[in-house]
Amino acid sequence: MRDTFVKTLLEIAKKDKNVYIVTGDLGFGVLRPFWEELPDQIINAGIAEQNMTSIAAGLALQGKIVYTYSIGNFPTLRCIEQIRNDCAYHDANVKVVCVGGGFVYGSLGMSHHATEDIAIMRALPNVTVVAPGDLVEAACATKAIYETPGTCYLRLGRGGEKQIHESIENFEIGKAIKIQDGEKIAIFSTGAIFDEVDEACKTLSEEGIKPIVYTFPTVKPIDKDVILECAREYDTIITVEEHNLSGGFGSAVAEVLSEESNLKAKLVRVALDDRYSCIVGSQKYLRQQYSIDSKAIIEKVKENYTK
Amino acid sequence: MKSEQLAWLIKRHGIEMTHLSHGSHIGSILSVADIVAVLYNDVANITPLNIKDENRDRIVLSKGHAGAAIYAALAEKGFFPVEELKTHYADGSRLSGHVSHKGIPGVEISTGSLGHGACMACGIALNAKLEKMPYYTYAIVGDGECDEGSIWEMALFANHFKLNQFVVIVDHNKMQSLDYCENTLALSPFAEKWKAFGWNVYDIDGHNHDELRNALNDAKKSQDKPTVIIANTVKGNGISFMENDILWHYRFPHEGEEYDGALKELHAVMPEGVTDPYEEVKE
Repeated sequence: MRDTFVKTLLEIAKKDKNVYIVTGDLGFGVLRPFWEELPDQIINAGIAEQNMTSIAAGLALQGKIVYTYSIGNFPTLRCIEQIRNDCAYHDANVKVVCVGGGFVYGSLGMSHHATEDIAIMRALPNVTVVAPGDLVEAACATKAIYETPGTCYLRLGRGGEKQIHESIENFEIGKAIKIQDGEKIAIFSTGAIFDEVDEACKTLSEEGIKPIVYTFPTVKPIDKDVILECAREYDTIITVEEHNLSGGFGSAVAEVLSEESNLKAKLVRVALDDRYSCIVGSQKYLRQQYSIDSKAIIEKVKENYTK
Repeated sequence: MKSEQLAWLIKRHGIEMTHLSHGSHIGSILSVADIVAVLYNDVANITPLNIKDENRDRIVLSKGHAGAAIYAALAEKGFFPVEELKTHYADGSRLSGHVSHKGIPGVEISTGSLGHGACMACGIALNAKLEKMPYYTYAIVGDGECDEGSIWEMALFANHFKLNQFVVIVDHNKMQSLDYCENTLALSPFAEKWKAFGWNVYDIDGHNHDELRNALNDAKKSQDKPTVIIANTVKGNGISFMENDILWHYRFPHEGEEYDGALKELHAVMPEGVTDPYEEVKE
């Protein structure tokens, strides 16, 4: 996913000399294609994320489109006030890019788990929050945030994500994408954890259970129409995210539901149960340990499925 | 207008604005007034007519709490009506306590949280370097603000990228919110720190306009280094009972002997050719 991002941005930046990457000294190997082709459009700000973000805001206010780049919580939580005051408040064209949303850097330990970023970033006014679910969504999202004025947050996986879509014809910020039709249960997924949803759906279909499935590449602004449509038509909405329960994608869906009456669906959120991980292990392993894997999704579907 | 006249007016407005609004930070407004006056009056290429010109110089007040000094300078230089200064802090006003750029001509960016503005200014200066543009970027930073780690991230960055059109002016009034800087997190040897970071350093009297002008003009000769001007100032400068008293970081000049006393001292040093903009109101 990160390679897709870099490749897509490189194509954009070749055509638009105002596009810059400012990295917080990360992206070894990953940023190399960009560095080799456009050395004048990439700046290493060093391991100094606060200054990196303010520098990006300063450049953006002079007309540039600046992608800050780092991993885990470094481009977001470490410099959240710079994003709030310098970028978002000033409507600065800064695109904050995080590689490693969720448990991507599982074995590296708690410091490298980005599991509150969606909640925190979506709490900021003037920030668009995007979490693509596969390589095609990542490419579309990279282009879309380039075309979206103002501050955006792009939450990426790392690599090895499955390709969900052949291609997406009308990718739009704020619009969910239907993956399959189904009945009774609606599954909403954001970000790279779609892998688990996909796996769950395959197992469920063998048992004759077929939920309708949407990916939400955009968490903010959220696709209210799809949420309410499904809430009127289906028994249960299950949200899936590689993120903490508080304030994340599931909460965003809950907020939409809470303001409408006469809805049919109950909401079930699959998310990290308000805790930090101290277990060592791969992304896949940690998803299992914290019950946000395909098995957990299958269980939630079955618990809520009535024939 | 002479810079001395502008500096006096900034101080006069500062007293009035904090008095009317019950606003804080008069000590800082008074310490930074001479720096702001010289910058706007004699050095920076920024006027109400060129605020959209991409080659204008940029001034960023990183110590946003002295915003009244910037508003006063801009109003006196014709960016917006002087009359509006009285709305500082008031309901519905454009003039927030910490400097705001929203709707206010001449203010580049909003600040208030320390350690932000200088870094954004550094980004603005980087843009000049990347685009080979002629403008200078001036960031006015507090000495207490230099407690912030981001200031030193910026100091590394500006040196590494050889931002010679970037000038940081530290209003070195030696005091911060609760105490003297040296009793809080010692900054000295302050100039040496900046030198060690690779900066072109001037250590001057921040109330002496000739020294300020000379340093600011001299900074333009720098070929490959950013410049820091350590402007040694006095918190509460010009009002004897406010000088070097931590009380006046937050206290506003109250009706009676504080307000009257401050005006009396200011009027005693009023430069020729200046009239008190509030005289009529008071009489």
